[in-house]
Amino acid sequence: MKEQLIQRYSAAERINHWVVAWCFIFLAISGLAFFYPAFFWLTGIFGTPQLARIVHPFIGVVMFLGFARQFFRYYHHNFINKEDVKWMKAVGEVMKGNEVGDIGRYNGGQKGMFWLMVGCMVVLMATGFIAWRPYFAGLFPIPVIRLALLLHASAALALIAGIIVHVYAAIWVQGTIRAMAEGVVTHAWAKKHHPRWFREMTGRKS
Amino acid sequence: MSMQSQDIIRRSATSGLTPPPQVRDHKLEVAKLIDVSICIGCKGCQVACSEWNDIRDEVGHNHGVYDNPVDLSAKSWTVMRFAEHQDEGGRLQWLIRKDGCMHCADPGCLKACPSPGAIIQYANGVVDFQSEQCIGCGYCVAGCPFNVPRINKDDNKAYKCTLCSDRLAVGQEPSCVKTCPTGAIQFGTKEDMKQVAAQRIKDLQARGFKNAGLYDPEGVGGTHVMYVLHHADRPELYSNLPKDPQISTTVSLWKGMLKPLATIGIAAAGLFGFLHYTTVGPNRAEEEDEHEQHETEEVSK
Repeated sequence: MKEQLIQRYSAAERINHWVVAWCFIFLAISGLAFFYPAFFWLTGIFGTPQLARIVHPFIGVVMFLGFARQFFRYYHHNFINKEDVKWMKAVGEVMKGNEVGDIGRYNGGQKGMFWLMVGCMVVLMATGFIAWRPYFAGLFPIPVIRLALLLHASAALALIAGIIVHVYAAIWVQGTIRAMAEGVVTHAWAKKHHPRWFREMTGRKS
Repeated sequence: MSMQSQDIIRRSATSGLTPPPQVRDHKLEVAKLIDVSICIGCKGCQVACSEWNDIRDEVGHNHGVYDNPVDLSAKSWTVMRFAEHQDEGGRLQWLIRKDGCMHCADPGCLKACPSPGAIIQYANGVVDFQSEQCIGCGYCVAGCPFNVPRINKDDNKAYKCTLCSDRLAVGQEPSCVKTCPTGAIQFGTKEDMKQVAAQRIKDLQARGFKNAGLYDPEGVGGTHVMYVLHHADRPELYSNLPKDPQISTTVSLWKGMLKPLATIGIAAAGLFGFLHYTTVGPNRAEEEDEHEQHETEEVSK
């Protein structure tokens, strides 16, 4: 029997996601190189350390714009409700592979991740702008730049740790990567992980 | 500079576990002593600096004050700053300070720099920028407690006073010292300069400057450019020379605590994923269930 599929992400959404994802990878590589002396050699991926330094903020702007598009696509799906609180409280149970709560399009963990990303992106863009040489850093007093550099690194590291969880969750919950690669998920996947969304999409009772 | 490569005691973005070569770090520390009380503000040091280092700043404009150029730049590594001060007796004092890199024992620029070896500290105390390794991020600007490094517009690299490390390497004094007509700038071992300063301070105190003293701030581990000040209790009178300079807490957190914290955070996220997958295993939605249920639905219709 043919497997039954539901469209979860359109082509535009998928392209949007992967543009942001690739920007993130390049930003994380260069950013970690600037943060950890032992990883400085990673700047070589960009040709030279100088080039890495020049390119980093421009990629950052692309990521920010790409993410902003995603924000306006998804923010209304990410308001936290009672079911999400239930999910968050029982996260230990969820980790064992047992679903909790009548979950809609996104679960409590995904929503938390969404808002973490939003927070990090806003901080990264604002502080990155302040520290951006040679264009903008000169406009700000040195103590402000110092604070910006500290916050930029902190937000970046929080985001990197967050993305590791994001990627792991996609690997762990099998069938998820397909949603962002091909755009579709199976009925079984939707019914198990996002029962309310499944009902909304199919008009069926799960 | 390559002649001194064995004398490097500290190198930016380099772990203490893998230190730079340092077979000759028994070298005596040197210092430049600037006696503000005998400086006449001739700017000979500025000229000598440009000449020896072969840097030609753009000719600027008169801003209505003696300061010219008005600030340090990538091509002006030292500038005289002129401040007018009225003492308790109502007399005018013209406080002239030759500004430039202080060559801190604990350099904020070096701590902040992400590029290995772009900033180095020699055993004699000189803090030097290796411009070809500079990536133009400006972290040194944020790290410096004295607001000294400047990014050059043409090549986007940071520059500052080298204490004429190339001259020191061949046994000469810095060019500003050599040119100073009043002897307000002296150069020697740090110990010797402290003794010279002590003499001058005694003299100044005898002449009524009871707060005369040496500026060698502890907060940055001492400096290899020191000032004799008539008002050592109020260094800020001298065009905002910081009273207690030290590496900013923000910079210390960024270059200190945040690193191990971040390592733990990222490692924990990665390790969690690994352990979780290997113990709990993947979360699969069983396709068979779907079929069965679907079939029963069909039947019920």
